[in-house]
Amino acid sequence: MTGPSASSVEFVSVVKRYPGQSDPAIDKLSLKVPAGEICVLVGPSGCGKTTALRLVNRMIELSEGDILIDGVSIRTRPPAELRRQVGYVIQQIGLFPHLTIASNIATVPKLLSWSREKIERRVVELLDLVSLPADLKDRYPAQLSGGQRQRVGVARALAADPPLMLMDEPFGAVDPINRERLQNQFLRLQSEIRKTIVFVTHDIDEAIKMGDRVAVLQKGGKLAQYATPPELLMSPANDFVEDFVGADRALKRLSLLGVRDIDLWKAPLVRAGEPTARAREAMAEAEVPHPLVIDAEGRPVGWLSERDLARDTVPAKPTTSPDPILELEDVLRDALSSLLEHGSLYGPVVDGQGRVIGVLSVDIISDFLASEEAKALAAGPAQRAEA
Amino acid sequence: MLSAEAALTLAQVEIRDRSNASCVAQNKLCPGWIVDNFDRYTGPLTQHIVLTLSSVAIGFVIAFALALVAHRERWLVGPIVGMTGVLYTLPSLAVFFLLLPITGRGTLTAVIALTAYTLQIIFRNIVTGLDGVPLEAKDAGRGMGLTERQLLWRVELPLALPDIVAGLRIASTSTVGLATLAVFAGAGGLGSEIIAGSNITFKTGVVAAGGLALLLALAIDVVLLVVQRLLTPWRRVKPA
Repeated sequence: MTGPSASSVEFVSVVKRYPGQSDPAIDKLSLKVPAGEICVLVGPSGCGKTTALRLVNRMIELSEGDILIDGVSIRTRPPAELRRQVGYVIQQIGLFPHLTIASNIATVPKLLSWSREKIERRVVELLDLVSLPADLKDRYPAQLSGGQRQRVGVARALAADPPLMLMDEPFGAVDPINRERLQNQFLRLQSEIRKTIVFVTHDIDEAIKMGDRVAVLQKGGKLAQYATPPELLMSPANDFVEDFVGADRALKRLSLLGVRDIDLWKAPLVRAGEPTARAREAMAEAEVPHPLVIDAEGRPVGWLSERDLARDTVPAKPTTSPDPILELEDVLRDALSSLLEHGSLYGPVVDGQGRVIGVLSVDIISDFLASEEAKALAAGPAQRAEA
Repeated sequence: MLSAEAALTLAQVEIRDRSNASCVAQNKLCPGWIVDNFDRYTGPLTQHIVLTLSSVAIGFVIAFALALVAHRERWLVGPIVGMTGVLYTLPSLAVFFLLLPITGRGTLTAVIALTAYTLQIIFRNIVTGLDGVPLEAKDAGRGMGLTERQLLWRVELPLALPDIVAGLRIASTSTVGLATLAVFAGAGGLGSEIIAGSNITFKTGVVAAGGLALLLALAIDVVLLVVQRLLTPWRRVKPA
């Protein structure tokens, strides 16, 4: 699904050579980014990923080859005009310290001579879009937190509704906790706006999380592999990619899957006031060795301990808390880390209404990883031979 | 008919006059004399203000033009700093006397010399200010499609403003001081009161003229500071 306001981008045998350097910074790079998708350029430092990005809006000029936006060569468009149609977000954000947040966001609309009312409306709309309170608009960048500044940077790049966005390590300067939040927020935003995005990072986890497609570049600006994240993890094209993706790529697969993608265990459910004998029956049918108490609406209340089971009836307040309570929509990796954080082997999984529909256990995940690893080993050599 | 009160006032004035006269005769510091003779300073003070403001203004225009050229052609920074540096080190009296045969006695000669002295400070400060603009702000500006000219006027110069005004403040304070020598170029100013009637030993006159120069320097400094604060509201916000 692509909105009307997204462009395709195509690199056609792009070469960038700097004077005085024998090896090119980008070497015959060809790749196609379909409209509305996020393409992540990832690789070690010096692989030319930022250069490749800056070629697109002519911040750096091509040596050979071409870049087509919706089939039109960037060479035919004057740089300033081209850049006003292409959103640009950099790691250091680069907000103008002397302008208010509203004026910062209005930079490109002003260059395009929008009317004052239209600009004001757009600023309010954009602040809302990036989940910032509207009263920030009269503040200066120095008055904002790093995460807020980062979102203003995104809002500013989106101001004139460009069909293409270039983002150079946009979350690189944010602390890990906020980065995670900004990434999720940005993915939610992207599901609304459906822009074509070329995104640069050195962090393979970020690449896998953010990208519809990931282009792994190696030193000298050579494209090592261009694939969807699952493909990249399941069948790296060569040793470099395999190395770069890391030995824990099976684990990384977890960040691509949701709790709903895995077979859950059946939960031995009981309600308060029922005889404990009923709980023992339920346990015998299920894989989880502890009965889970639910309330009238089916929501988890807690796990019964041996001591609880020694009574005649199920208590309303079981000894063990049900945490962590997981949701069907959770990413599998986050679900696993919740379990580990709580030191719990099992977590009840609830649906949108909070009703228990099964149990996720550390065992399920480790079995799944083992089978993934086996699949990857089986598929690996064959695919590598092709590549 | 003289009331007792009026008689008392008259007597006081007489005493003050007599004490002024004796104070002046003894060449002490005589505030009374300054108050009584304040009129004689308005002309020189006005000349001094004109000399200072016109020199700094012309100096700013020239230094600004040079700085913009050097901002594009970086290699010019060294030569321009060198040249204005030479101007800065020339003894001002010598410059006045060298210019006299060409431009004659008067304001023009003084302004030319005083302007020459401002160039170095103002030029350096503009260049420093432009160099201090955060690289990422420039990169983001270009990346959003600002032309070099738009970047200069909308981003670089506003951000360089504090440094530019700082340069103007130093330049105008030192010009106020240097302009006391303009009297040797026949341009008047407060210097004419300092050396009034070659009576350079008249302490009260020197202190009065010098004090006025000091106040003038202070006033210009404060005005520039206020202007800078009004133009750079973003510098006064509390960081998050």
